[in-house]
Amino acid sequence: MENIPASRSGTPFDIAIIGAGIVGCAMARRFTLEGAKVVVIEKASDILDGASKANSAILHTGFDAPTGSLELSCIQGGYREYIDIHKQFGLPLEKSGAHVVAWSDEDEAALDGIVAQAHANNVEDVSLISAQQLRRCEPGLAESARAAITVPGEAIIDPWSAPYAYLRQSLLNGGEVYLDCEVTGVSFSAGMWELATSHGAVHCAQVINCAGLYGDLIDKAVLGTASFEIKPRKGQFVVFDKAAASLINSIILPVPTRRTKGVVVFRTVFGNLAVGPTAEDQEARADTATDQAALRTLIAAGIAKVPALETIPITAVYAGLRPATQFKDYQIAAQQQRNWITVGGIRSTGLSSALGIARHVFELYCDQAEVEGGGRKDGKDSATQPKPQINIQTNTRTNTQDQKCKHLALRDPQVPPVARLAESTTRDWRCAGHGSIVCHCELVSEREIKAALKGPLAARSLAGLKRQTRATMGRCQGFYCSARLAELTDGHFDVPLAPGAQQSAKDKGQ
Amino acid sequence: MSDAKSWPQEASAQANTDMPQSAVEVAIIGGGPSGLAAALELKRRGISNIVVLERENEAGGIPRHCGHPPFGVREFARVLTGPSYARRLVRAARGAGVTIRTAVTVVELRPGGELLITSQQGSELLQARRVIVATGVRETPRSARLISGARVLGALNTGALQSLVYLQNRKPFKRPVIVGTELVSFSAIMTCRHAGITPVAMIEAGAHVTARWPSSIFPRLVGLPLYLNTRLVSIKGTRRVQAVEVETPGHGRRLIECDGVVLTGGFTPEASLARMGHLAIDRGTGGPVVDQYGRCSDPVYFAAGNLLRPVETAGWSFQEGRRCGGWVAGDLAGDLADHARATQLTSSDPGIKYLMPQKLNLTAPPEGTKREGMKHVQLRFELRGKGVLTIHRGSDLVWQRSLHVAPERRILVPIKALLAPPSHPTDTPLEFRFKIE
Ligand SMILES: Cc1cc2nc3c(=O)[nH]c(=O)nc-3n(C[C@H](O)[C@H](O)[C@H](O)COP(=O)(O)OP(=O)(O)OC[C@H]3O[C@@H](n4cnc5c(N)ncnc54)[C@H](O)[C@@H]3O)c2cc1C
Ligand SMILES: Cc1cc2nc3c(=O)[nH]c(=O)nc-3n(C[C@H](O)[C@H](O)[C@H](O)COP(=O)(O)OP(=O)(O)OC[C@H]3O[C@@H](n4cnc5c(N)ncnc54)[C@H](O)[C@@H]3O)c2cc1C
Repeated sequence: MENIPASRSGTPFDIAIIGAGIVGCAMARRFTLEGAKVVVIEKASDILDGASKANSAILHTGFDAPTGSLELSCIQGGYREYIDIHKQFGLPLEKSGAHVVAWSDEDEAALDGIVAQAHANNVEDVSLISAQQLRRCEPGLAESARAAITVPGEAIIDPWSAPYAYLRQSLLNGGEVYLDCEVTGVSFSAGMWELATSHGAVHCAQVINCAGLYGDLIDKAVLGTASFEIKPRKGQFVVFDKAAASLINSIILPVPTRRTKGVVVFRTVFGNLAVGPTAEDQEARADTATDQAALRTLIAAGIAKVPALETIPITAVYAGLRPATQFKDYQIAAQQQRNWITVGGIRSTGLSSALGIARHVFELYCDQAEVEGGGRKDGKDSATQPKPQINIQTNTRTNTQDQKCKHLALRDPQVPPVARLAESTTRDWRCAGHGSIVCHCELVSEREIKAALKGPLAARSLAGLKRQTRATMGRCQGFYCSARLAELTDGHFDVPLAPGAQQSAKDKGQ
Repeated sequence: MSDAKSWPQEASAQANTDMPQSAVEVAIIGGGPSGLAAALELKRRGISNIVVLERENEAGGIPRHCGHPPFGVREFARVLTGPSYARRLVRAARGAGVTIRTAVTVVELRPGGELLITSQQGSELLQARRVIVATGVRETPRSARLISGARVLGALNTGALQSLVYLQNRKPFKRPVIVGTELVSFSAIMTCRHAGITPVAMIEAGAHVTARWPSSIFPRLVGLPLYLNTRLVSIKGTRRVQAVEVETPGHGRRLIECDGVVLTGGFTPEASLARMGHLAIDRGTGGPVVDQYGRCSDPVYFAAGNLLRPVETAGWSFQEGRRCGGWVAGDLAGDLADHARATQLTSSDPGIKYLMPQKLNLTAPPEGTKREGMKHVQLRFELRGKGVLTIHRGSDLVWQRSLHVAPERRILVPIKALLAPPSHPTDTPLEFRFKIE
């Protein structure tokens, strides 16, 4: 990337968002829709390259979130907004529901408490069902399932297309993104921030730190201290061949322990069945290595729950890192005197809550504006108290917090087109003119690959291309399509898949 | 600013709601050696309304990217490289009037011979009276091997390496480690040498080289260190492979610096169509369950070539394809033994990796008649050593032989020896057992 021009349109940005994870993408969309001039600054050359690169893709209802927490309120806000907008965007929503299954006496004893908590969280349709009822819904489960809770509202979505759509909507409506651009330092003077980045300075009135696994480090560098410390928690997964997807109908959740939601058996919108995640604390913020012993444990756990998995081959394995902290709740706080908002510790529910978090942060931002105008009494940091539920309307003409805010919400924001990768959508291979199939296992067309290599969010690594198209994510993992992919991606990736012989000869010459 | 205009799906993409439909006598899925051989044989038998569906832009199958000899000895009585063998096969098929549709992917097999396919025109349905599935084998990727470590660029199967090198003249790495010692592992070395890539080591988890002599002395000939009893523990690196960690019992773990890993062999049939559809899959072979005609659990479907089992040569697969073409022609004429009255071949012996076919119609007519099916049951073993293979029907001993077995070594049992008098009940399975001596 060439250096950033002082400011592309001459005036500084209203908002700079550090990090294009799920949260940063949703944030960019919200602030753009509210009329702010937004820039997203991301250090990787593809978005979603941190915590957001791997998760269970479940859209949670919040039935088991801590009652009264900020997390719960953001999950529920995010859930409602996703339901509201997914059709308009063409994003998938598979309302499979979930079952929290009890496999032991201890589990069974915990079920009543989970139902009570769900009801306290206003998820009213959660109820206990018997082993027989469970068997009727889930004939593929092992006999040892004792009883269960049904959670009809839990759903599965596409963990990548959704944030891509959020950021694309921002870009389509005037937002900007700088990729491969690391924020390396900041200074604040006369009410303006100057962010030093690996590609030059960015000026803005307000910074929102959505740096995920690095959020505490950025706060420490800027504010001198961070109110939380990121403790990465790895989650490994095993993906079974698509033939397994018919073995279950809903998301099979375990009775959670205090530390994690436990090992889940779930389908993906792409037609796979996956088992995971593990929960392993580690120091490293980028190390997503998988480990054979852990994977074998997951496979065994999957087979124990769904015995027919024993006959199904493994397609893929992967791991993600949760940006956990020493606290259970989200760490969202505004430094009012400094126009700095930190959105940290979005540990294990960020996919569900992102849209809700973005609304919450927009409110904090407006409150801050109010304070600046002398409006607010206490003058304290508006911290982690849950806000009253917001009434969500899409395409609203006024700001969520209309009078308080200095921006004018967009009247008719444009909606970006979204890749159709879920099984429930009309995949490109069904449509004329797709070129040909490049990735045979996931039926990814040449047209889809070429589209993902264009535009401001063009894939610049295989990982980015995978998230945008699913190429090489199937059973053969590139056995059949590596050569064609190398050809199609020539000149597009920072690290080429396989340089042509001429290219390598040139390298040798250097 | 926006990339909306360059995004193709929205504007131009229209799903084919009224999918075009057509019908053929026989559809052959896969234009590799076995599929093309089946097509040639069907033509020879006078069945003209047939089509070969091939998802790559060119037919020919795996040999297209095996840039080394020997191919074609059986078929063309000369020694060819893979690519020229593939071209010859395609020419022979086209010359015989076989329709080969390339860049056409079969997406779904449906009961009774209906195929959902996609091509540049979008999706369509093809109804066939008989279908031959000849989709071949591939190698087990890194993920399914559960190899620990970083999931970085540079860890590939031989097939991907070959297609990068021979189809595209590319070099995915310069100093890889080769994992495995099957026949194909030596192809991997040759592919590297062809491209000016210098492998740094070859490792094998077992105590012996899997491939037979003379391949087994090849590493020494080219000065490549071969480490037996050495297991790949994990892959290290940030963006690309930087090293592998290996373990040798008694010597502990160590790092080998490298910039790539070639994961060779570990063949598995490309049986996803069968697995996702309604055809029964055999756990031993990983391919569809078949009888001695290659006929699947839905008798409209037949399987041929390496889809049947891992793994045989191109020549062998060609031969199987040709025979299968004959059986399908026979079936269309109503000439095959009854599908329903087949006897199960079973083994609960962990030393026996697979049996193929898994079903036999024991009343099949004797050798030399037109309804004769496969001549042998093909077996593979997990272990190495000398022992006795026995085949029982209930408590009756039907056949036995002492054998030397080794992993990936082909063992054949003549089907003729298993045929029973017509009076015999067909529902008693034939049980295969192996006892090491
Ligand atoms: C195993 C696992 C399972 C999960 N399952 C679910 C689930 O089923 N449902 C659900 O709702 N949630 C789930 N989650 C949670 C969800 O994935 C996370 O909450 C979410 O991804 C957090 O996103 P983020 O944007 O906060 O962080 P990140 O994705 O880490 O984004 C931060 C971004 O900031 C960038 N960055 C960092 N430092 C700088 C800098 N100095 N300059 C520029 N850019 C910088 C990073 O590169 C990164 O892209 C799961 C998470 C894991 C790990
Ligand atoms: C990496 C590798 C190296 C090998 N090297 C050698 C060697 O050196 N010598 C040797 O004799 N044998 C070798 N083999 C064995 C090889 O399998 C056989 O040589 C031979 O190719 C088998 O023929 P086949 O027709 O059964 O399958 P293939 O040659 O694999 O042909 C199958 C065809 O089906 C097509 N196909 C698959 N699915 C679909 C679908 N859904 N729709 C449409 N088309 C589809 C494929 O594109 C392919 O063209 C090798 C195998 C591998 C995997």
